[in-house]
Parts: sequence; structure tokens; C-alpha cells
Amino acid sequence: MEKLNFKLNAPNRARGTRAQAIVGVVASGNLEVLLERVLPPDVCIIEIATAAHGFGAVWEAVVRDFVTRRAAGGLRVSVNDGGARPDTVALRLAQGVRMIEEPEA
Amino acid sequence: MNDWGMQKRALGERLAAGRRHAAGKIVPIPELPEFLKAVIRSGDRVCLEGDNQKQADILASALADLDSRDIRDLHMVQSGVVLPAHLDIFEKGIARRLDFSYSGPQSARIARMLFGGKIELGAVHTYLELFARYFIDLTPQVALIAAVSADKHGNLYTGPNTEDTPTVVEATSYKNGLVVAQVTEIVDKVPRVDIPGDLVHFVVEAGKPFYVEPLFTRDPAAITETQILTAMLAIKGIYAPYGVRRLNHGIGFNTAAIELLLPTYGERLGLKGKICTHFALNPHPTLIPAIESGWVEQIHCFGSEVGMEDYVAARPDIFFTGPDGSLRSNRAFCQTAGLYACDMFIGSTLQIDLDGHSSTVTTNRIAGFGGAPNMGSDPRGRRHPSEPWLKAGAEAAPDSLAPLRRGRKLVVQIGETFGDRNVPLFVERLDALELARELDLDLAPVMVYSDDVTHIVTEEGIANLLLCRNRDEREQAIRGVAGYTDIGRARDPRMVERLRERGVIRRPEDLDIDPLDADRSLLAARSIKDLMLASGGLYRPPTRFRNW
Repeated sequence: MEKLNFKLNAPNRARGTRAQAIVGVVASGNLEVLLERVLPPDVCIIEIATAAHGFGAVWEAVVRDFVTRRAAGGLRVSVNDGGARPDTVALRLAQGVRMIEEPEA
Repeated sequence: MNDWGMQKRALGERLAAGRRHAAGKIVPIPELPEFLKAVIRSGDRVCLEGDNQKQADILASALADLDSRDIRDLHMVQSGVVLPAHLDIFEKGIARRLDFSYSGPQSARIARMLFGGKIELGAVHTYLELFARYFIDLTPQVALIAAVSADKHGNLYTGPNTEDTPTVVEATSYKNGLVVAQVTEIVDKVPRVDIPGDLVHFVVEAGKPFYVEPLFTRDPAAITETQILTAMLAIKGIYAPYGVRRLNHGIGFNTAAIELLLPTYGERLGLKGKICTHFALNPHPTLIPAIESGWVEQIHCFGSEVGMEDYVAARPDIFFTGPDGSLRSNRAFCQTAGLYACDMFIGSTLQIDLDGHSSTVTTNRIAGFGGAPNMGSDPRGRRHPSEPWLKAGAEAAPDSLAPLRRGRKLVVQIGETFGDRNVPLFVERLDALELARELDLDLAPVMVYSDDVTHIVTEEGIANLLLCRNRDEREQAIRGVAGYTDIGRARDPRMVERLRERGVIRRPEDLDIDPLDADRSLLAARSIKDLMLASGGLYRPPTRFRNW
């Protein structure tokens, strides 16, 4: 298991008020993403535990695009990855910030 | 004095030789080897019927069982090199030269045999192109075809999988070639006459149906959420703004996802009746929910699809069916329809380069083309206007005089940025180029040329290549939807942002697509069983797809 941590300046504050959200599943080729609204609104921390080693540069590109394109400010994002492809990771992250905007179910 | 009857006389000799092994037109199965040896001559041009669906499998095996001391150096002119027997014929030296279109499951072996010099390659064609050559310079002297049933006069019923048969018989029989058909059974009266008996010289009763590959069945259970997102992008970013009503879909999971989103996502966008009303398409099981909910007005088919026969027969308002009630397909007509009467082709591919050329050839595999390049090309002979065609033409050449401006067919390549086993869709250089170099081919096998492709859709967004004004813009538009592949990560971010501001690149967020919608619950059917239920039990999936 490889662990990667990114602390990024986030230009867009996460919308909504929900304290946390979880999307995805832990499975081969998939990932689970837990988002918690626990940080100052201009910061996003992303902690990744991944089954696939040696993809640090791709992860960095994915998470940098994520905080630039999406409203992720104020979130600590924990990723439990089962070797998902980057397109799946990007989709799950986008789903996570959308989920935390929604009122509690 | 010229002799103008040589071909007719040669046919007469073959007929006489064949009749020694037949009772009337009927060749008993045990006589088949001797019969073939009697009617085929070394060096003949032979069409062994088979494409990406139906196969004259009994005749293929019998041909491969011949002895190359008796028959050799045949020139095979056939749509599909699909069965092992198709290549055994070359392995044994019975055939030497090959002109074909599609090889699918034999793609690795055919490449090995080309490298090994066992096959002398004429060319890899598109279907229509090969059919065209049947009438000009590749006319078969012998055609070995497949049908469902025959009467004793040789009238053939080809059933839902008529496919290439009328074209092959037309070219062969009217040019004094010999036509031999394998049929499941010989009957007193065929359900309908697909091929008139006076064009068919001999019939072999195989006692079992010819082989058909269920190539167009996609299990909804295997559709990923990334594919759903990509499908939403296509529907909202291309189908809707162009108002695409007449189209062809490829066979991949991306287009299957689009078919399954029409009754859900398409309905929500208010697109019913405005898109996807007329198709050149095989009876895709994944289109059942859209048909059942009234989206589709009409479908013409290249072939049939295994298990869809009863469903199609029960929907004659949608499909082309014969007086017997069953589907009538015709590959040549449907390819022509897809080329000239459709405003869009959308399909998947394996490799796209920075110019936008795409290819399904990868190292050591020659899959051939099939029909995609016909559908996925801009027909220069088209003259009738339509809204999508005119709009695409205007985007490509906004400054030209409208009444003198050609429209453009929408040719869309769709796929995830990483394919099977994390292989990137985008490459610096197509493997097809390497193959062409190694085999010393004049042309690299390119599925869709860059000057035909108009849009590339991935999960990252849509690149509209019609709006690119130079090669640099085109390259960055492609890099800009190439995700986290090496090609995508080497983009010029500032230029990509400028292209996005101009609408050359559109991302899910630009189209107001909610990533939470990229969920399997959005599919109108989530399994093969759902499709069967949606058809009211009329669709009978083949055993290999029955996983419940």
C-alpha cells in the first residue's frame, strides 16, 4: 500500500453545509472517497492510500486539476484506492464535492 | 473471329463436372470434397461468404480439407477472415492471395501469416469498397455462400442474416461464376425467396444452421460510470445541439451506454423525437428500451443479431421485414445508407494520434475495417441538406458562401482516455505505421482519417475539430481531452483554456452535466435480463450472455 499526501491551495470553497460525504466503493479498479469539511475554506488536503505503486505523478496531476476545476476548499479528502484508472478517480472526486453540496439524505 | 462465350462455356464445364456429384442441384454432404475438387480450378478467384456475423462454415471447412496438390493458388476475395479454416486454406497452400475487409478474431494469426509470407495481401478494404470491386476487378469465379433453406430449384431463404449474400450472388452469377450454397435444410417451399434459384447452381444440406457471431450484443452490466459520463457528454454536447436524427452507432460499450440513456437522460433533456429517430444499425439489444419507449421510428440493418429475431419480427413498424415476417438485412444497402443518408457516425477506436487519425490496428494485430470507415467518412457525393450536416459545414468554413458550401457529416470518435488494461487511447504515433513499414504496405491501415473526424469525446470533454483553424489548435484540442495519458499531460494549458473559451473544448461542467448523474441507475437496463424483460420476453439472449 502506497500513501500519498497533498496539501493544496483551493481557489473555490466547497458549497453546501454538509459535514461529510462518501462516494464509491473499495473494489479492484474502483475507489472510495471520504470528504470532511474540517479545514479553512482556501485549503484542501488529499490523503491517498493506493494499491498501485509508482503513480505519484499521475495522482498529483489528477488532484491539482480537481482543486482547480471543482469547489474543494475546506475539505479533507481521504481516498482508499483499489487501483482505479485516473478517469475513474477524477469522476469519484467530482462526485464527492457534488455530494457534500447536497442536503443530508 | 472473336469467341465471346468463353466464360459461359467455362461455367458449363464446371456445371457438368459438379453434376456428377449431385442429384439435380443438391450435393449430398459426403460428396462435398469431391464436388469442390471438381468445380474449383487452381488460381480461381473465390468468395467464401463470411463477414463479422454470418459464416458459410461448412463450405469453409470443406475447402480447407482439400489437397493443395489438387487445388492451389486460389485468390480469396471475402468480407471476413474470421474462422480458423479461413486461414488454414492459406496455411496449406490452397489459397495464396487475399483481398478482405475484416478479420476480428483472427487478427493476430493473419498478421503472423502475412509476416511469414503465407499470405499475399491484395488490400484491406472497407465493406462497400470490396463489394464495389466484386463488380469491377475482383469478380469471383466461384462463390460459396450460406442460407437458411433452399428448395430443390435452388431458391434460397437467407432469413434475418441475409447480409452480403445478394451482393456476392449478383456479382458472381451474372458474370458466369458458379454459386454454391450451404443451407440448414432443403424444404418444399422456402418462406420467402431472397435469392432466385436460377442464380444458384448447387445446394448443400448442412443439417445445421450456419455460424453467426453475436457481435453486437453488449451486456449493460459491464458499462462503467465513466462510460455513462462520456455518453451524457455525447448526448448533451453533440446529439442535442446538432439535432442528430439519422445516425449509425459503433459496437462498443460507449454507444451502448448512449442507447441505454435515451429513455432516461435523453427524456429528461426533452430530446425525444428530436434525436435518434432513424438508424442504419444492426438490431442492438441495448436499443430495446429506446424502441419500446417510442424513441425510434425506423432502423435498417446490415445483418441481424443472435436472439433478436423474434423481437424484430414483432416490431415491423420499426424494422424492414419480409412477407414471411422476418427481418431482411442487406449489408451493401445498409452501408450505403449509413454513408449517404446518415448525419452522424459515432464509434470507439483503439488509438488516436495528434492529427486525429484513428486506428484499430495495434502491434501484431490486423483487425481489418469492416464498415466503420464507410460510415465514419464524409461522403463527397452527398447533395441533400439537413440541419446537422449544414451546421457542421458552417462550423468548418464559416466564411464561405452558404449555398456553395458543402455540409459535413459528423464523425465522432468516443472512448475513455485509458482503455483495456490501462492502455492509453491517445498516442504520438499509430502502431498502424509500424505495421505498414514492416509489411511494406503503401497505406497504413487507418480506420478514420483525420480529415473525416469532427469530434472526439472522452470523459474529460468534447473536442470539436470543426472549429480548429490550424494544426496547432487541432493538436491542443486533442491533448485537451486526452486526460491523464502522456499526450494529455503534455498539453499547453493556456492554449487549451483559450480553446475552451471558444467552445472548441467543452467539459462536463461547461455543459452543466452533474457528475452525480454518472451512475448505473441512469441506465434504462442494467443487465441482459433487463433487456429481455424490456422486450416482453421476445429477445432471447444467447446462452453465453445468460448469467442469472
